[in-house]
Amino acid sequence: MMDQTLKREIIMDHYQTPRNKKTITDESYKSKHMAADSCIDDITVYIKGDGHKIVDVAFDGVGCTISTASTSIMSELIKGKSYDEALAIIQEYEDMLDEKEYDEDKLEEANAFDTLSKQANRINCGLIGVKGFKEVIEELKRDEREQ
Amino acid sequence: MLDREKIRKDFPMIQSEESKGRIYLDSAATSFKPKCVIDKVTEYYTKENANIHRGDYDLSYQVSSEYEQVRKLCAKFLNAPSEKNIVFTNGASSSLNLVAYGYGQKFLTSEDIILSTEAEHASNILPWFKVSEVTGAKIEYVPLDHEGVFDLEAYKKILREAAGKIKVVTLAQVSNVLGNIIPLKEIVRYAHENGAIVCCDGAQSVPHIKVDVQDLDVDFLCFSAHKMLGPSGVGVLYGRYELLEKMDPFMLGGGSNARFDICGNILLKDPPFKFEAGTPCVEGVLGFGEALKYLMDLGMENVEAEGKELHKYFLDEMAKLDNVTVYNPKSETSIVTFNINGIFAQDAAAYLNSQGIAVRSGNHCAKILLNVIGASETIRASLYLYNTKEEIDRTIAVIKEATLEKCIGAAI
Repeated sequence: MMDQTLKREIIMDHYQTPRNKKTITDESYKSKHMAADSCIDDITVYIKGDGHKIVDVAFDGVGCTISTASTSIMSELIKGKSYDEALAIIQEYEDMLDEKEYDEDKLEEANAFDTLSKQANRINCGLIGVKGFKEVIEELKRDEREQ
Repeated sequence: MLDREKIRKDFPMIQSEESKGRIYLDSAATSFKPKCVIDKVTEYYTKENANIHRGDYDLSYQVSSEYEQVRKLCAKFLNAPSEKNIVFTNGASSSLNLVAYGYGQKFLTSEDIILSTEAEHASNILPWFKVSEVTGAKIEYVPLDHEGVFDLEAYKKILREAAGKIKVVTLAQVSNVLGNIIPLKEIVRYAHENGAIVCCDGAQSVPHIKVDVQDLDVDFLCFSAHKMLGPSGVGVLYGRYELLEKMDPFMLGGGSNARFDICGNILLKDPPFKFEAGTPCVEGVLGFGEALKYLMDLGMENVEAEGKELHKYFLDEMAKLDNVTVYNPKSETSIVTFNINGIFAQDAAAYLNSQGIAVRSGNHCAKILLNVIGASETIRASLYLYNTKEEIDRTIAVIKEATLEKCIGAAI
């Protein structure tokens, strides 16, 4: 379990200075708009792929501390990774939030959310951007197969 | 005088072991129910279970008669001319949709204008979007000032200049976002003078202020039982009788027709029954009757006066804090809409939740808040007759000490 103070510092840092947070108009990025039904998080994620790996990643929108920080942290974790590597990291993260066995070594700063599963009303905050990334990567993989 | 401590004893949601330390400030979403309401619902299922308006046996007669007594009670509560003006629906949204469908879609044309405000709840504007789509009628909006207050002069000007084209004025007596009370009586008088009828969304007003439909002269009034101590699944449409007679029902079926034949001829019953096809939420209506009695015993004048007083106390205490922005400092009923400076509304609401305080965060009505008061996400705290000054004091203390670090700490 990650130290509580360290967790708070990581989340605070990514909330106040989110990484890869920018609006993308470049159409070579694939994007996904994620708006939660039950809360006010409204995030768009963008990924530029080269057919095999994630060349660049970004997100934009309005979100709470948990959704902003989790999206920011995940954007760093998957940037430069192959589609499959990125999906594997996301799977570990989802397993953590689902209280299943997971590999904490793969999650680095995302371990800050290792007890988020205890806050039922916040789990979706921790998933909204990450799910967006996952859906975009899956689409990129589909596109690759179809070509 | 409302004896709030005595009132609190009537509410199992406040008295239960699990509720210790919980402060419920989301009555604008739904209110708690007193034990008499809960008991009535249970009593129907344990002692009176029969359908209404059908059977030839004692039980059915008895429950039908009780059901109709609630209609009479509701008419009395609103000072309606007769119980025939009271249509039971399954909620305010259902009532509003019934007016839009049964009146708006039937009588409006592409020449007509529907006048509304930018502060409406989705349930009172989306049905009119549909009317506009089907009939070609246009929708126009009365502007609001920077605090979201209805601009009466602008309203009068729009009505005058539209010269008889505005056929329906549809608006909430109390906004679900900002809690302001609009001058409904004057709005109705002016609408009538200019040939328009008024459909009022009373979901946030009827629970909190005394509403006299004859004094207001409003044409339609829509509200839900569950925001005023009653069960969910029950709503009311009050309508002027001659309008109810002209209107189409939203649904047809058992209970709404007097007779029909194989050739497709249908003879509908008179209002209100023609609008009540199918078996209604019988237990909910009976429970609603108990809620009405409860409120009438307290006296709506008292509920209104003391509700306003408690709300003012909340606003006054909020004004003393230097870390909050209140968006409706001039509102009068129940609702306080605010942000804790520098903290996203949802984080603040989640933190309050971790301290046992239930509030709602959201972009309750993004358009008005963004354009009129410059904030898209806010926290809404709403009071009702079981809340106390002590609860407000504790809430204020928690808000005062809230920091971003604490909010994050509460989530991890």
